[in-house]
Parts: sequence; C-alpha cells; structure tokens
Amino acid sequence: MVTYLFDGTFTGLLTAVFESYASRQKAATIVSAADYQPGFLDIAVTIIPDPAKAQRVWAGLGKRIGNASRHEFYTVFLSENAGAWQHMFGYARYLFDHNDRNLERATDYGNQHVMAMAAYAKKVSRERHRMKAFVRFKKSADGLYTSIVEPDFNVLPLIVGHFRDRYADQRWLIFDKRRHYGIYYDLASVQEVKIEPVPTAASQVAKSAPMLPDEGDGLYTSLWQEYFKSTNIKERANLKLHIQHVPKRYWKHLPEKEFGFH
Amino acid sequence: MPHRLKEKLQILADAAKYDVSCASSGSDRKNKGKGIGDTGSGICHSYTEDGRCVSLLKILLTNHCIFDCAFCVSRSSNDIKRAAFTVDEVVALTMEFYRRNYIEGLFLSSGIFKNADYTMERMLRIVKKLRIEENYNGYIHLKTIPGASQEMVTEAGLYADRMSINLEMPTESGLKMLAPEKSHEEVKRELSTIRNKSVELADERKVIKSAPAFVPAGQSTQIVVGATPESDMEVMYTADQFYKAYSLKRVYYSGYIPISHDARMPVIGTTPPVLRENRLYQTDWLMRFYSFEIRELLNNDYPNLDPEIDPKLSWALRNPGFFPVDINSAPYRNILRVPGIGVYSAKKIVAARKFGRLHAYQLKKMGIAFNRAQHFMRYADSPVQLNEKDPTAIRQTILGQSTGKFRIAQSGQLTLF
Repeated sequence: MVTYLFDGTFTGLLTAVFESYASRQKAATIVSAADYQPGFLDIAVTIIPDPAKAQRVWAGLGKRIGNASRHEFYTVFLSENAGAWQHMFGYARYLFDHNDRNLERATDYGNQHVMAMAAYAKKVSRERHRMKAFVRFKKSADGLYTSIVEPDFNVLPLIVGHFRDRYADQRWLIFDKRRHYGIYYDLASVQEVKIEPVPTAASQVAKSAPMLPDEGDGLYTSLWQEYFKSTNIKERANLKLHIQHVPKRYWKHLPEKEFGFH
Repeated sequence: MPHRLKEKLQILADAAKYDVSCASSGSDRKNKGKGIGDTGSGICHSYTEDGRCVSLLKILLTNHCIFDCAFCVSRSSNDIKRAAFTVDEVVALTMEFYRRNYIEGLFLSSGIFKNADYTMERMLRIVKKLRIEENYNGYIHLKTIPGASQEMVTEAGLYADRMSINLEMPTESGLKMLAPEKSHEEVKRELSTIRNKSVELADERKVIKSAPAFVPAGQSTQIVVGATPESDMEVMYTADQFYKAYSLKRVYYSGYIPISHDARMPVIGTTPPVLRENRLYQTDWLMRFYSFEIRELLNNDYPNLDPEIDPKLSWALRNPGFFPVDINSAPYRNILRVPGIGVYSAKKIVAARKFGRLHAYQLKKMGIAFNRAQHFMRYADSPVQLNEKDPTAIRQTILGQSTGKFRIAQSGQLTLF
C-alpha cells in the first residue's frame, strides 16, 4: 500500500487528500514524515504541502458537511495523533467518494471514520474546555496577566476567542510550555508569540514575570488557596472524584493544588 | 488587614458551602465595550477534595443571623465565629479572582442581620457596583433574602444572572418543625415575584428589543434531604411541582450533613446520604431530559428509589413489557428509555440508522453501556431470543458485572478479608 508522508501540518494533510484523488489511490497510509519508519513493502510518497490544493479540499468539505462539522474536523487535527490523522484521511475520502452532498453524512456514526471524528473531537474539546478552566493568571507589576499551560493537545487556537472576549480590558499571555508558543493579547488583538529565537514579548514576559509580580498578586493567590480549602466539605471527602476532575498532571500550574492534598 | 480578610473569607466561605448550587451557565451576558467578563456555557474552574465543582466564589455577606433554623450552621443559637464582609471587600475579591481566571463569577448569599431589607439592600449595592462601576459581565448568582421588599428583589433581578431561594425541607411540615420562622409559602411568593417579572419583561422584549434582561439564567432552589424523614417520593413530587409551577432551571438536592446535637435530626458523625442524593439527581435528570413522568419512577407502590441500581434500570425491570426496543426502528423517545443509552448516544443512533441497520460493533463504538443495554434492545445482529428474559435474572447479571461507585460501601462481603 502507498504511504503518504506529509509535513505534519493541516495544509499537508488536506494536500494528501487531494493527491489521493489526483493519483487515483483509494487507500493510503498517512504518516507525518517526522514519525515515519520505513516498512518492508512500503511505497512512500512525499506530499508537498500546497495551499491551493488544500484550499480546494477545505472548500469541498464545507460544501459536503457544512461549517460546523468542518470545524470539528479541524479540531481533530489538533489532537496531534497519528490514528486520528489516518481517520481524517479516511473520513475525507468517505465524504468525497459519496458525492451526494448529503449534509447528514457527518452524522453517519455507523461508519468508523465518522465515529472516530466524533470521538477525537470530543477528546480535543474536553482539553479545550480544561484550558478555559485551568488557566491561572499571575499579574506582574506592569499589569500583564501571564499563564503557563501544558495541554495534552494543541488547543490554544481554540481558546483565543474565549479569552479575548472575556479579558478585553487586561493584557494577557497564555503560554504553551510543551509546544513553545503562546497567545498574547495587547488590548487590541491576539497574536501568536514564540519564545525563540529573538526576545519577543513572550520571552521578556516569561523572564520578568516571576521576578516582578504585582504587589497584590501574592495576597490574592493566597486568598484563593484559602477559599479553596474553606469551601471543601470534609465529611464528603471523595478524592477519587477530585482527581478524576483535576488530574494530577495539571496540578503544577494550579495555585490551589500547590500543596497537594490538604 | 490581609489577615483579617483571610479569616473572614474562611468563615464566610465555610458557612456558604452547604448551598450546593454551582451552575454558571444559562446566561448570555456579552462583554460589550471592552469591559471585563463574558458569560456563556459555564465552566468549573476547579474541584474541591469532596469532588464538587468550584465555579463561583461562593460566600455569605455575613453569617450573623436573626433566625434560628435548626439545620443551619449559622443559626443564631450556634456558638461560632461571626464575620461580615464590607461591600468593597466582596467587589474586590470577585474582581481579583475573576481577573486571574479562578472563577466564573460570584454566588452571594447572606445570613439575615437586623432585617431582610437591610441585608438585601447591601447585596444590591454589591451587584450594582460590579455591573456599573466595574463594567463586570461575569456570572452573578444572588440569593433572595426571604421577606425583602418586592422592589428591591425585582431591582436585583436586573443585575443578577440567576436568583434562588431555598425550600430547605421537602415538606412544609418538615420545615415548620426545624425552622419555625420559615415557610414554603414565603418561598413560593418570592419565586412568583421573579417569575412574573421575567414573563412581563420577556413579553416586553418581543416588542422593544432594548427592554432589560431579567435574571437571564432563571431561578433555582435547594432541598435538604435526610434531615427530616420524608420519602424519595415526597422529595421528588415537591421538586416536580416547583419545576412546573415556577419554571425553575434547577432543583438541587443536598444531603444533610449533621452540624448540631439537635435530637430531631441525625447526630453529628452520621455519614451524609451521598448515595441517596445521587439517586435523586438521576431521577431529576430522567424527568428533565428523558421525558419520564415522576409518577412512573416513584409512586405509592415504589415510594423510595432502589439504592442498588439506578432509577432508569429500576423502571425498566418493573416494565418488561416495554422491551425489547428495536434500535433500528423505534422512535427516539423509546430508545432513550433503554438502560445504558444516554441522550447523546440515542441521538447518534437515530442519525446513524438512516445509513443502514446498526450492529453490535457499531453501537459499542458509539459509547453506549452495551453490557447493560443488551438485555433491553434488539439490533441487526442481536442473538435469537427464544423466551422472555426474567427481570430478576437480568438484575443479578447486571449487578454481578458492575463495579459501581457505591458497591463497596454497600456490600458487607468484602469486609471478610
């Protein structure tokens, strides 16, 4: 079978779908070139990402399943999961093969690819929701609110609107430590910032924030920790449920969990 | 000063925590003109070690109280530390917590000091200050102070997203016994005030779009269970009646946690009835999202919920004639009644079967609890069934397979080892 090696970008993945039709290859394994380990019988084809081709596939998806389902398809890509990418390829093939423009195909859950889209989208959505919940801002002396996160999936693009609408009157930065980039709001718009290579807003912030916290910041952090303790009902202790809702891997960035269990 | 503030927060959060309402959804307050805050579908920002959601800064304005309700930790005869926040302190805490993304908003309740109007007036000042001076669009849940003037309660409704007043005990007689100053009649009056104003303004909005939003996330109430000896049926019939009469968004059930040596109630140290509470919520959900009538789930023959199995399964085992439900042809509302199939799965099934008959492997992928559901449904490749399944046998099979969250607590067998 043919293996498509793509560059790991969304454009690359859509281009792969395009190429499979251009070269009349119905089934293909799709792998990010970075993860590829050559197999014995592989015929590897390198996909060169092409924005124009990707755009045609993107537009075609919109016509077949509508904008909401197409957005869900995009969120699945953010799972950064090889299995999910394979299903995305299969899903796109399924939609274009049945060229009936039946919008309901996006809900044909008996089909393995459609069901996989729903399942991965749910996982990504859960992580997106967690980041809306678990971002904790620290205020620095110059009035910037900073938060460091390490989400399981690449969900920062999905929370830009939420934070922009909510914190419209304060400058903020949410930095994904695992993926080395952040989103920064300067009271006008949100931009993507990278720590490397030149000192950008992000790196200055990351360096200066811990050194120059706002005067009242420590007080409110400790009041929050106090509140978290006081609002707990000891007689109802249920640590299993607690950990299920706030998995331990998130604790290091949550001030209320700074001391572990109380 | 910070030290005193911390102590106040300790006292007044501790006193407010028995109010279980934590919802921060249902409102649609948008951030206009670059203010702070935007309210939508509700977020739980953290969870306490008891597993409950922390969504709002839930505090009392004060725990001084002129009332002496036996079930309440802040009752006037209780010898505890008392404290009161100033208006500015509540505003500052709310804003600083909100700006750090700790919370979705404020839940403000209060003991009654001096009189109802005096208390309500201060609460009103807090919400007005947040909305007008701070340009704050986060969530606000305000408790209605029983007996406060109608004008003040209605004015508060213009700034709050949700308002609530607690029924406390499931029946009037139970409430009279423990809280002689309170009554269900009073709660009904307060709920009506808000309901009527909501209806009036909703009508106005149909004509004049700019008519103000009024308690956009609706009203809720709370029933304490286990303090007085009511049956599950009495609890849920009261809930049902209030859902219908006052268009409530939520009824909360709060398992009583003994806080006093009052001989009329469970003694201190008794474990709170968390399992019962869980079953009551399941019943509530079946009423609101699964179109069950409360009479089907609880009636004179079955006045109490089965602690061993959930109320939907319990109903199914009592009504074998309703099953099996054919997944590939039954209407949505019937599929919804199959134990092990929830709202999302039922919708998936109805959408997917348009493309072909559904088999076991597909249903399993859709996330239904197949082991439970299989006894109550037919699908494309379901095994041939010669004789009717016996409900008692099904019950045993399901109980044998399940490792439910409450099983260890109930079964005495494990303690052998």
